[in-house]
Amino acid sequence: MFHIYCPYCAEYREEEEFHPRGQAHIARPADPEATSDDAWGDYLFFRDNPRGVHHELWVHAVGCRKFFNITRDTRSYAILETYRMGERPTVTANGPEAVPSATATLTGALA
Amino acid sequence: MSKVVQFDPHPAQAAATQSPLHHVAAKPAVGETGVTLTERAFLDHLIVRGEPGVLAGAVEAVLGLELPTQPQRLARNETGSLQWLSPDEWLLIVAGGEGFRLQRELREALGEAHFSIVDVGGGQTLLELSGKHAVEVLMKSTVYDVDPRHFPVGKGVTSVFAKATAVIRRVDESRWELVVRRSFADYCLRWLLDAGEEYGIAHQPTQPAVASHRQTVTDTETVS
Ligand SMILES: [Zn+2]
Repeated sequence: MFHIYCPYCAEYREEEEFHPRGQAHIARPADPEATSDDAWGDYLFFRDNPRGVHHELWVHAVGCRKFFNITRDTRSYAILETYRMGERPTVTANGPEAVPSATATLTGALA
Repeated sequence: MSKVVQFDPHPAQAAATQSPLHHVAAKPAVGETGVTLTERAFLDHLIVRGEPGVLAGAVEAVLGLELPTQPQRLARNETGSLQWLSPDEWLLIVAGGEGFRLQRELREALGEAHFSIVDVGGGQTLLELSGKHAVEVLMKSTVYDVDPRHFPVGKGVTSVFAKATAVIRRVDESRWELVVRRSFADYCLRWLLDAGEEYGIAHQPTQPAVASHRQTVTDTETVS
């Protein structure tokens, strides 16, 4: 049981209202006809699996039903920030050392 | 006006209409009544979508309501209620039979703007929960924090309700509304009757907010 901040509802909501939808910021090749099979395969099937800061796409499935982004630390599962579609993350792997911000609150033990 | 085919879902001499809860007989509370549950059937539910800047003027002119642009806000007047569902989506609930006229007027006021209005009245119904223990029944039923300090009058959210989902709105100090899917209405009602048993829940007969030309049919049994 933990809470995630929805940037559209502008409040913390119960985790079971959300679904993860994989890696964020995957740009579709601008010209698919001119894209090599390797590059197209990478776009369709290959995803990063970093140890540390990771940007993910989530959807507030039961609430406002909007997609948004979460920056998460894959070592601790801590949510570092949530931000709207079209925005860029402020916490990145190259940026300041990842520390949990007030964007995620743990209200109970994390299994 | 944009080229959209419109039809009145409730024409005169309409076929008989059944509420999704027509089959569940009303039942008084055992002992003192602490919670009252009533279905407000046959209201017209419309989903209005578009950018707030596009919709606000027409909504104010036609409905006399200020478009709630803040998350989780619910605006009400004698015409009906208008609830924020997402940054570009609102739920408009008006008296049964009024939806078609208001939809036409909104479409005329919005002209060629980019927007959408869909009548979803056939797919959902409204349950009203009132009484001094209504909030306790909700606390047992949803993960959302319905504590009155966190959930003031005029707030509405979409959240998990039992093992389904519902729109939960607080309309006054002790009165709450649940908008539930038609196919989940029976489940939600039985859940509420079970959850409310310890507080003395009274299930009142369905209140049809229905225009005079519409026939309603009931075929009730008693929940055991
Ligand atoms: Zn949301």
